[in-house]
Amino acid sequence: MHLTKAEERILDGQEGRAQQLAMRLLVAIGDAYDASRMVKIRSAQISGISYKTIGDPGLEFLKEISSEGAVATVRSMLNPAGMDLSRWRELGISEQFAGKQLEIMQCFEKMKIEPTCTCIPYHENNAPLKREHVAWAESSAVVFANSVLEAHTNREGGPTALASSILGISPLYGMHLEEHRLPTHLVRVKCKLNIDLGYSLLGYWLGKNLESSVPRIDGVPRNPSHDKLKALCASMAASGSISMFSVKKEDREPRAEIIDVHREELNEIANLLSSEGSYEHVALGCPHLSLHEMRTIAAMVSGKQMKKKLWCFTSRHIRDQARQYGYVASIERAGGNVICDTCIVVSPMVESGVDGLVANSCKAAHYLRSLSRVETRLMGLEECVKYALA
Amino acid sequence: MRSVSNTPSHKIVMKGRKIVSGQGSGEAIVSKHPISFFGGVDPKTGIVIDYDHELRDQSIKGKVFVFPRGKGSTVGSYVIYALRKYGAAPTAILNLETEPIIIGGCVLASIPLVDRLDKDPTEVIQTGDSVTVNGDTGSVVVTKHSRRAGSVR
Repeated sequence: MHLTKAEERILDGQEGRAQQLAMRLLVAIGDAYDASRMVKIRSAQISGISYKTIGDPGLEFLKEISSEGAVATVRSMLNPAGMDLSRWRELGISEQFAGKQLEIMQCFEKMKIEPTCTCIPYHENNAPLKREHVAWAESSAVVFANSVLEAHTNREGGPTALASSILGISPLYGMHLEEHRLPTHLVRVKCKLNIDLGYSLLGYWLGKNLESSVPRIDGVPRNPSHDKLKALCASMAASGSISMFSVKKEDREPRAEIIDVHREELNEIANLLSSEGSYEHVALGCPHLSLHEMRTIAAMVSGKQMKKKLWCFTSRHIRDQARQYGYVASIERAGGNVICDTCIVVSPMVESGVDGLVANSCKAAHYLRSLSRVETRLMGLEECVKYALA
Repeated sequence: MRSVSNTPSHKIVMKGRKIVSGQGSGEAIVSKHPISFFGGVDPKTGIVIDYDHELRDQSIKGKVFVFPRGKGSTVGSYVIYALRKYGAAPTAILNLETEPIIIGGCVLASIPLVDRLDKDPTEVIQTGDSVTVNGDTGSVVVTKHSRRAGSVR
């Protein structure tokens, strides 16, 4: 691939060892995908933050690269960590785990990366604009950025997003190029989706059956809310490797396959991921709850008392706003828990004494079943809250 | 049972696409199946721990690891880095068609990586063959040992 003089200098090691390593990584990826050059990015979002997922191998690497003096050169954000960074003791996180997690956070602090610790970075006053290039790693946020915001990002991994954060560039291939963003399939939804769970089930079916295509989805109501689109994005990225879809009528009709999705297809996913168990824990916030969803929950539980344990996961930023508006107090007075910086999938919270969970997310169900061997029962967000109260 | 052949060992030269530079050689360990390093390989020993993988309980340490491509979480890149750190890394990796998890790991750990060879390396190379990988040119030399080749049924 073509490199500028400045990029060559970095590759030769004249700008530091960490920068050289980052450039080697991006050039190798660029070569493998026949990228013609690098493209400047507006922001980076890095995954692999929880000690539960990266373990000592990841921590060792982060220590090494951060000790070289490399810092972020574009606005850079983090995916959820393995615990609430201030209230971890209350949540039963061990001293040992917390110590390692805090070491990971120190590495990122050294590199001047913002500890946003959220999977919805587009709610951090930092949403990219149409046609802006970014390097994001959280798979659900990648789909959201490409499809809803119409920004351009490939599905990065922890190491490549970190390299892009340090250098402010990404190899120009894949979703950065218009020719790869055209719809490849037309999906006609033949049933009503209604609640958030419907979108989550549809996304999971699409990811599972269409692999890495760009589906254009017809038959969904005009302008679905960002919360519903968030659910759609998350599940299609969890069950497959879709990076983008389109719900816009004006997009060109794809010449390729037409696929009809009926109620039966969605039921097939529900049967796969949802059991009929009666569980004591309800987890909301995969992906992280938006302020609007926090408000919905607060309004439903205000003045009532939970019969089951309700965990509400969101970002620190949204939690602070929700606190100002009184939503956090309403939820906590009703016996619920508002937890930030982490989520049900990447924290060790389910590893002791939780045999099953009620949730509203196919993504959560997918990972809880495979990584933590925890059963799940799926309902829409409002049904989950009612379940916790009943 | 076939008798052990007396023909001398012979060499096969292949040419591929260089992805990560450097030289590495050693005994080959070959799999026909993609592998996830995250949860699939123990970073301290180099032993394959994925209960569902054909190489389960075998070590990739100090060997030329031949497999179609990586899969699973991008944390796999950190596992490859850790293998190097603990002295349990493969000396080189050959893929059919590589992807970012393996590329990332090989860059972080300075492990030569070559893919898109002119012959299918998971067919041509057998576990136990001697392999030399040149990640600067993309050339791969395989030495088949006649004793072993003759005894394979």
